Amino acid sequence: MKKIVIVDDEPNIVMTLEYTFKKHNFEVYIARDGSEALEILEDVVPDVVMLDVMMPKVDGYQTLKLIKENNKLKNTKVVFLTAKNKASDIEKGLKLGADKYLTKPFSVKKIVSEIKELIA
Amino acid sequence: MSNYVLFLIIICYLIALFFIAFIAEKNSKSKWVNNSVVYTLSLAVYCTAWTYYGSVGIAANSGIDFLPIYLGPVIAAPLWIILLKKIIRISRQHKISSIADFISLRYGNNRFLGALVTVVCLLGIVPYISLQLKAVSETFQILSDDTSYVSTSVYDDSTFYIAVLLAIFATFFGTQTTDASEKHKGIVVSVAIESILKLVFFLFVGIYVTYVLFDGTEDIYSKMSQSANFKSLTTISGFEKGFNWLYTIMLSFMAIFLLPRQFQVSVVENVREKHLKNAIWMFPLYLLLFNIFVIFIAWAGNLTIGNADQAEYYALLLPLKNGNTFLSVLVFLGGFSAVISMVVVATLALSTMVSNNLVIPYGFLDRFVKSHPERNAKYIKNIRRISIFSIILIAYAFYVNFSYELSLYSIGLMAFVIIAQLAPSFFIGLFWNRGSSKATIIGIIAGLSVVFYTLILPFSIQAFTGSADFMQYGLNGIEALRPHALFGIDFLSPPTHAFFWSLLVNLICYVTFSVIVKGNYRERNYAEMYVDSKNYTDLQDGALVWKGEAYVADIKKVLVKFLGEARTERALNLFFRKYNLPLDTQMADARLINFSEKLLTGSIGSASAKILISSVVKEDEVSLVEVLKILEESKETIARNKLLKEKSEELTKLTDQLQEANEELIEKDKQKDEFLDTVAHELKTPITGIRATTELLMDDEDDMPSEIKTQFLKNMLQDSDRLSRLIHNILDFEKLSTGRTQLNISKYNIRKTIKKTIDSFNHMAQKRGVKIVHSNKSDFYAEYDEDRIVQVLTNLISNALKFTEPKKGKIIADYKYDEGFLEISIKDNGKGIPEEDIPFVFDKFYQSKNQNTIKPEGSGLGLAISKKIVENHNGKIWVKNNQKSGVTFGFKLPFE
Repeated sequence: MKKIVIVDDEPNIVMTLEYTFKKHNFEVYIARDGSEALEILEDVVPDVVMLDVMMPKVDGYQTLKLIKENNKLKNTKVVFLTAKNKASDIEKGLKLGADKYLTKPFSVKKIVSEIKELIA
Repeated sequence: MSNYVLFLIIICYLIALFFIAFIAEKNSKSKWVNNSVVYTLSLAVYCTAWTYYGSVGIAANSGIDFLPIYLGPVIAAPLWIILLKKIIRISRQHKISSIADFISLRYGNNRFLGALVTVVCLLGIVPYISLQLKAVSETFQILSDDTSYVSTSVYDDSTFYIAVLLAIFATFFGTQTTDASEKHKGIVVSVAIESILKLVFFLFVGIYVTYVLFDGTEDIYSKMSQSANFKSLTTISGFEKGFNWLYTIMLSFMAIFLLPRQFQVSVVENVREKHLKNAIWMFPLYLLLFNIFVIFIAWAGNLTIGNADQAEYYALLLPLKNGNTFLSVLVFLGGFSAVISMVVVATLALSTMVSNNLVIPYGFLDRFVKSHPERNAKYIKNIRRISIFSIILIAYAFYVNFSYELSLYSIGLMAFVIIAQLAPSFFIGLFWNRGSSKATIIGIIAGLSVVFYTLILPFSIQAFTGSADFMQYGLNGIEALRPHALFGIDFLSPPTHAFFWSLLVNLICYVTFSVIVKGNYRERNYAEMYVDSKNYTDLQDGALVWKGEAYVADIKKVLVKFLGEARTERALNLFFRKYNLPLDTQMADARLINFSEKLLTGSIGSASAKILISSVVKEDEVSLVEVLKILEESKETIARNKLLKEKSEELTKLTDQLQEANEELIEKDKQKDEFLDTVAHELKTPITGIRATTELLMDDEDDMPSEIKTQFLKNMLQDSDRLSRLIHNILDFEKLSTGRTQLNISKYNIRKTIKKTIDSFNHMAQKRGVKIVHSNKSDFYAEYDEDRIVQVLTNLISNALKFTEPKKGKIIADYKYDEGFLEISIKDNGKGIPEEDIPFVFDKFYQSKNQNTIKPEGSGLGLAISKKIVENHNGKIWVKNNQKSGVTFGFKLPFE
């Protein structure tokens, strides 16, 4: 079973993603911000982490950096899922080492196929 | 007292003065030497032996007639700030060293005029100097015991030796440099010290006479009022005598500017223009102090001595006759001080004039051109030294031969009348550019002739022949030509009579001939510089109009003769640098001509300077019209440059402002972009939720458990609400920010407004178990838009609800009046706001991390909108954490 950590501070959005990935047989972990995600990542080595950028306390960029520094997580893919869709934002995200950059609003089906393709 | 003791005292006194002058010369940069007090005291060289002794004589014999001599300067003093300042400025610019230079330069460097002015000054001042010597001699005799002693030859006359000592003093300190426009600090300081001494000693004797010999001023007055001629001594005595007063005041008014010694101390020796500011009140004060006791000493003398012949020396005789020899010696030294300062400064001024305006331009120029610079400097100094000695010796000779019958007062006035002949050309020339050199020369000669006929001739005839026929019957017995009553004007005293007629004739000649005969272009050039001195100071060397051909090398050759190789080189380098000219410039322009003339003026006078420079250049005749045109153009250029500079400064300022505005715009633009970004982001969030949920509900309708389905539908509803709230708030915020909202202001009771708001929260508060307290019962009416204030209160209370814990929360609403403001506060006991976030809570889209409810509740605009609403009411909103727990939001509304 694939493991996914969803990091987002919008509960309604999280709820749809949680429902979808569970239906596709993922083990789903939920974090409301970067610091909660890092807490989870201490115990779990997921296949993929899906990150929002604008979150309270520790934001998406910082979280990504910390994941990249953690040797234990070198096989974990990181995907941004954010409303920031300017070309400069996307470039910045990929430069920081994200494996994929997906934007909101999103199609649930597309998100699932993108993630599956990434970790296939 | 023995002759020898007295002479010893005099020698010691002179040595002390010599020493003081020497120290001052050594410390010529010190502020003790260069200040307004020293300047003012040096102006007091005006008070000579005439003041010291002569005033008392007049006061004793003819009453208060001594006063107008001091009233003129007192009236002139306030005008110094304009008039003397102008004269000083012109003199400094042109390196003028005497009044002869000043006048001759104004009329186009006229050599003859300079010489004429010098002669006028010599005529007036030499007898005046001899009178000073007479005063020394007579007081010396009074003080020494052997009154029987009469000097038989020059060699045993103490006055002769005193005269020689004074000449040495003047020579030593007056001819240190060849440039006569340089300052003579030693002489100025010694004059200042002498001015203090003569005043103090005179006050001593005044106090002694009034309070020791008599019982105060009233005592003298009451005793004097019993005398027969008391009335004539205390009044002006009628209308006709009033004219005497008027003319004497005018005379002394002119004298304070024109006397060579006054010009020397007030203009040539002036270090800073601002010293005038203090001088205009200190100098009149000095004169006042000097005159306080004159009348009492005179009356006291009349009462106790009563000898009209000796009236001039009452100040000396009174203490002497009462056995106070010490005080008499002090009085003698005071008078002696007055004499020294007058003689030294007057001879210094005269010697400069004699050398620069009489001797050098009429005979020494050729020799200078052929000689070496060192030798020339020596020549110039020697000419001045010889002049000083000659002047003093001639004055001594005059004293020995003539002055037996003369009073200090009459010779003093005669000097004033002669000097006053310079008045029209001097004063009018400063303000009227048409005044010409020919008219000046004619005026002065005509005026002088009248003085000669009305004053000098009768005096000389009487002195030599002892006959008064000429005075009584006039020339050839024609009554209209009686010298003291020309054309029937017989009510004036001889000096004022001479003054009246001579100045009238002088003035008429000056004005008439100025109008008839136009001056040449050079005259007109300098006339413009004098009259409009303010503008031409800006033009500097460019103020001289000159056309012709001249080589720098030729001019340099002339300069070297007087300044030496090194100084010439330095001066020219400075000149080239100042005007941005190459150092190897070949052809000289008008500026260099003017500059070179100025350089020479201090050493050899303006007339000689002009002659010398003209001798090496080929000058073209310039028409008067051209001169005026060129001057006008230069003035315009200066004015234009000023304007241009102002405009460019303005432009720079404008550019800066534009830059600032631009930066502000860019900043605003950036903020707008950020705002739009944030708005887009905020809008996308609920849309994302709705979009995703709808997709799931559509695709998974059958498999989805019903409770999840319900939750999703609820979420969609929530997101939709959030979306509409967001849109509403964004629009509201925009409206408030751009000022497009009209507030509905009327009078409301704030208690009711708060209650109304709290009531709408009752249900929610109860559900959460949070208490909202509003215990202030007092009605308070203020003017505001109630709906908007309710909006603010709603924002604050809903925030408070979010931050307080269920069951434990407590929110307190309150209000009070505070110095013109209605202050409303909402206090809670929640988590408070992190200190570092406090500055940002009123920013748009700031959302706290500490809230207890989950996110979708707020739009992030509540506090930003509240702030705008309060600001639109001209109020202020703030927040602070409470000491224990929670936070207090407050806002103030202005209240009348």
